[in-house]
Amino acid sequence: MESQKSAAAGFWVAASFGAGQDVGRSCILVSIGGKNIMLDCGMHMGYNDDRRFPDFSYITQNGRLTEFLDCVIISHFHLDHCGALPYMSEMVGYDGPIYMTHPTKAICPILLEDFRKITVDKKGETNFFTSQMIKDCMKKVVPLNLHQTVQVDEELEIKAYYAGHVLGAAMVQIKVGSESVVYTGDYNMTPDRHLGAAWIDKCRPDLLISESTYATTIRDSKRCRERDFLKKVHETVERGGKVLIPVFALGRAQELCILLETFWERMNLKAPIYFSTGLTEKANHYYKLFITWTNQKIRKTFVQRNMFEFKHIKAFDRSYADNPGPMVVFATPGMLHAGQSLLIFKKWAGNEKNMVIMPGYCVQGTVGHKILNGQKKLEMEGRATLDVKLQVEYMSFSAHADAKGIMQLIRMAEPRNMLLVHGEAKKMEFLKDKIEQEFSISCYMPANGETTSIVTNPSVPVDISLNLLKREMALGGPLPDAKRPRTMHGTLIMKDNSLRLVSPEQALKELGLSEHQLRFTCRVQLHDPHSDNDTLGRIYTHLKSVLKTYSIQHVPDGTVIVESIVIKVTSSAEEPNLKVILLSWSYQDEELGSFLSTLLKKGLPS
Amino acid sequence: MKLYCLSGHPTLPCNVLKFKSTTIMLDCGLDTTAALYFLPLPLVHSPRLSKLPGWVSKDGAVNLEKELKECSGRVFVDSQPEFCLPEKELLDLSTIDVILISNYHCMMALPYITEHTGFTGTVYATEPTLQIGRLLMEELVTFMERVPKAQAATCWKNKEIQRLLPGPLKDAVDVWSWRKCYSVQEVNSALSKVQLVGYSQKVELFGAVQVTPLSSGYSLGSSNWIIQSHYEKVSYVSGSSLLTTHPQPMEQSSLKNSDVLILTGLTQIPTANPDGMLGEFCSNLAMTIRAGGNVLVPCYSSGVIYDLLECLYQFMDSANLGSTPFYFISPVANSSLEFSQIFAEWLCQNKQSKVYLPEPPFPHAELIQTNKLKHYPSIHGDFSSEFRQPCVVFTGHPSLRFGDVVHFMELWGKSSLNTIIFTEPDFSYLDALAPYQPLAMKCVYCPIDTRLNFHQVSKLLKDIQPLHVVCPEPYTQPPPAQPHRSDLMLELQPPPMAYRRCSVLGLPFRRRYERIHLLPELARSLVPSEIKAGVSVATVSAVLQSKDNKHVLQPVPKPAPVPPSKKRKRVTEEPPEVLNPKPLLSGAVPLEPFLAMLHKVQHTLSLRPNQSAQSACR
Repeated sequence: MESQKSAAAGFWVAASFGAGQDVGRSCILVSIGGKNIMLDCGMHMGYNDDRRFPDFSYITQNGRLTEFLDCVIISHFHLDHCGALPYMSEMVGYDGPIYMTHPTKAICPILLEDFRKITVDKKGETNFFTSQMIKDCMKKVVPLNLHQTVQVDEELEIKAYYAGHVLGAAMVQIKVGSESVVYTGDYNMTPDRHLGAAWIDKCRPDLLISESTYATTIRDSKRCRERDFLKKVHETVERGGKVLIPVFALGRAQELCILLETFWERMNLKAPIYFSTGLTEKANHYYKLFITWTNQKIRKTFVQRNMFEFKHIKAFDRSYADNPGPMVVFATPGMLHAGQSLLIFKKWAGNEKNMVIMPGYCVQGTVGHKILNGQKKLEMEGRATLDVKLQVEYMSFSAHADAKGIMQLIRMAEPRNMLLVHGEAKKMEFLKDKIEQEFSISCYMPANGETTSIVTNPSVPVDISLNLLKREMALGGPLPDAKRPRTMHGTLIMKDNSLRLVSPEQALKELGLSEHQLRFTCRVQLHDPHSDNDTLGRIYTHLKSVLKTYSIQHVPDGTVIVESIVIKVTSSAEEPNLKVILLSWSYQDEELGSFLSTLLKKGLPS
Repeated sequence: MKLYCLSGHPTLPCNVLKFKSTTIMLDCGLDTTAALYFLPLPLVHSPRLSKLPGWVSKDGAVNLEKELKECSGRVFVDSQPEFCLPEKELLDLSTIDVILISNYHCMMALPYITEHTGFTGTVYATEPTLQIGRLLMEELVTFMERVPKAQAATCWKNKEIQRLLPGPLKDAVDVWSWRKCYSVQEVNSALSKVQLVGYSQKVELFGAVQVTPLSSGYSLGSSNWIIQSHYEKVSYVSGSSLLTTHPQPMEQSSLKNSDVLILTGLTQIPTANPDGMLGEFCSNLAMTIRAGGNVLVPCYSSGVIYDLLECLYQFMDSANLGSTPFYFISPVANSSLEFSQIFAEWLCQNKQSKVYLPEPPFPHAELIQTNKLKHYPSIHGDFSSEFRQPCVVFTGHPSLRFGDVVHFMELWGKSSLNTIIFTEPDFSYLDALAPYQPLAMKCVYCPIDTRLNFHQVSKLLKDIQPLHVVCPEPYTQPPPAQPHRSDLMLELQPPPMAYRRCSVLGLPFRRRYERIHLLPELARSLVPSEIKAGVSVATVSAVLQSKDNKHVLQPVPKPAPVPPSKKRKRVTEEPPEVLNPKPLLSGAVPLEPFLAMLHKVQHTLSLRPNQSAQSACR
């Protein structure tokens, strides 16, 4: 049993070496039941050097990662969750399976290639992954369907749940034996204009690893934010200003497009709306083909009207930026750190009539982050400075769960432990206290590179013989009685890695063992002026009145039998009134036997 | 464990499995062949069909001229077509806990079961099965409701009267269980009970049984089901295909180690090779078009039609017929074509990889874009003004008794230039054509049934080795038309258990074990001892807790300490209330220490049996 025990009371470790108390780069290593799983493989957008990729030397100093990892799971296509994937698989070296959903598998390589182009072709960086590496990396991807239980190997299974957030985003449950962990990636608990809300069943994982980007925020209603957004866009356009909305090609962009499209239609507005990148049309096509991943309403009506076919939104050309008059432009990337959005920003920043609306989170170090912090002078490449005169607005449209949402998810999944990642330390602290108070579970928030161990306490699965179980359930009655628990006895047979619980009789038979009979005998002396037979009769009547629930027999050969207990009465010829009562019982009836001997020692009622 | 067989139809099954206190219905097929006994429902007034003579028995004794009409030398029922339902009397259908659907063709009787039997359970199906199933049901309802019939014929069903009717009506069975079509409300209500599942998803039923759908390769979202507990495994194989068409390939390895395999939905045309049929289809089509005739393809609105369109997409250009228009006419034509493009996850690898580009997985998107394929909800409206001949028309219903196809039969039947090509295997084409005879148009029978044939199934069974096989009776004997073809039947060892409508089979199962969990505290307290090499034994005394069919063993709670009071004496005077059986004793008694111990306690006089007992068993 020793070996069994140590295997059963396993523990596992979560090491986050990219996603600790920091937003920007998700990469978590989980060890559960002897299996090592990498959750996400993200890249930090705020850095341009080695720091942008996770530090894989944490896993191994030299050589490939294949033998150290059982699988890699990517939650969604945002680069802070998958950006380091080709680097990890092709440059560091990993040949095992990489799991992601179909939409992620479709979109991820496009974003990676897009990013590679900006980094290598435009900025001229070397030592970066190539197009071929992205292709080779994607060949290792195994697509994951929602709710499908994927058996990675004989012990390790994973299952994906819908996470909202962006098209194809998934939460994953990882299970080895009776231990399990759920990793959320980024998720959204409120449905928006194009995606549904995250959902998970009450799977009671040992650990829930949740993002906590908006750990302290409880956002006002979506409707208010939308109204606010439309009002600001409308006002700027009315006064002839230009609106820049930096977005990522897929995700928020589609939601805001749907929003503006319906608004323009309703208000009959004429100002042009542009979408800057060539990706748009392609992106919208993905939404059409993966319509089953969008929300209920869009799915229901897609045959009549596909929400991703826009009438008012047209493709942007670089030259349009200098056009006079109002316009609205969606441009990538979302954090103003490079590319077209930064170009347009530079052109428009000097005019106070214009506006930039940041609809999502900006990582430290990006232009987006700087202007959101109120910086009015920006240092550009080549020592030039840029005066920021245009209005800067921040609107949280990024579909992360807020504090309320995180609590909601905990209520859904009922984890035994909680681990917060992908957030800022101070905010996480606040949420951690709240979680520990409300759910009385331990909550961890490891820093980058820190390892957290969580001890689990799994129960031991055993095969019980149906005979024994049925007998027990019949005796125990339909409902358990908390006051009088019934003890059942069985014999656990451990053989060839199997654990079987059978009745003691069956165990003896099966193992070819003979049963020992252990009987106790006891003599009780008693004065009773009757014949032996009458004394026995009196004992019989007495026991009958005391032991109401037991079967008591008075056998003609001069014995009284209670269950397995045999009672006889003898006396010597010299002292006929001094009766010697002989009691004998088996070990199995020990309790009753000793009770009877005590009872009879007190004498018979007259 | 029992299996109740509510349908004898091998490809439209409806069975109920009772397994470990759960009652599971496997599929809910609707036998629409009963419609063949009815007159076609024309969409446009048909002088021919409205002037048919009524039927009166030869001696004039039975006059059913209102209900029965003579048409092309046969007698048909003049009423809204009816369908043969699964048997409702064999067991109380309100006790069904769940219904597992294997593909959209096998769920058409769902509203009859969920709406009219007191059913309160859940239906499990994959998303494509639900969505396309809904389309097929809505189509059926629209076909019926577009041409309402005032009267419902019932007199002919009277046993005494039916006996006197001419063939095939005389031999129709279970006519009293026939029902007319359900309504849209019933469809919506029935489908609201569906819970979506994905392939390989493990669904727990009441903690007792786990069910899992597996890809069966037959149609979009089609599944076989595994129904298992920790110790027993039943596989339900229904409508599976090993051919590479559009759906995800069949998952076979998970079917291994089954105790019982229920096998239904094999090919209905075991002698026809689907690829050969497809070739014949194309060549007949080309021949007719070249001669200036039209081609009518009666078909369901989803399924093989996607493959036909894909095949024609490649074929037409190479045959120099690129300008021939295709028309797909059905109330759900547009939806069916659109839906087929959004289920990438459920498609075969090579279609799946298209959406990554991103491109629509089926080429019919291109056919629509280039105006080669046009779809219309019905022959009324735009179609009548836009249609050009010669053309190819795909339309339902394949029984030729209702739907737009009836109109085309009336329209094109008289010309020998035109051709009707039957591709659906569900109906005998001769029976389907009966009310339209005499017919000038050419008839070609190219049934395309991609389901497993006997050769494939015997190879499959050899691979997965189920202990027992249960199948419909027809699979255990050669087809009646080819009694010498012993290769067209299942020959297995042990022989398969055959069922027919209303059979109740006891399945050969002996459940011996159940899963139980020892709480970690209990597990830690156990003291195992090695009896022989590799075999250890530990005595377990614990409290059993059973909840939701899950069993847990907890340590015996320590008795609450009795407060030291005067009443304490009374406590011992109560007899022990429950008899807790003590473990049996066995093993070697260490004689020397035992004797020494006895010797010692003899001197102290107070020989407590308890102590000696304990020392004895150590």
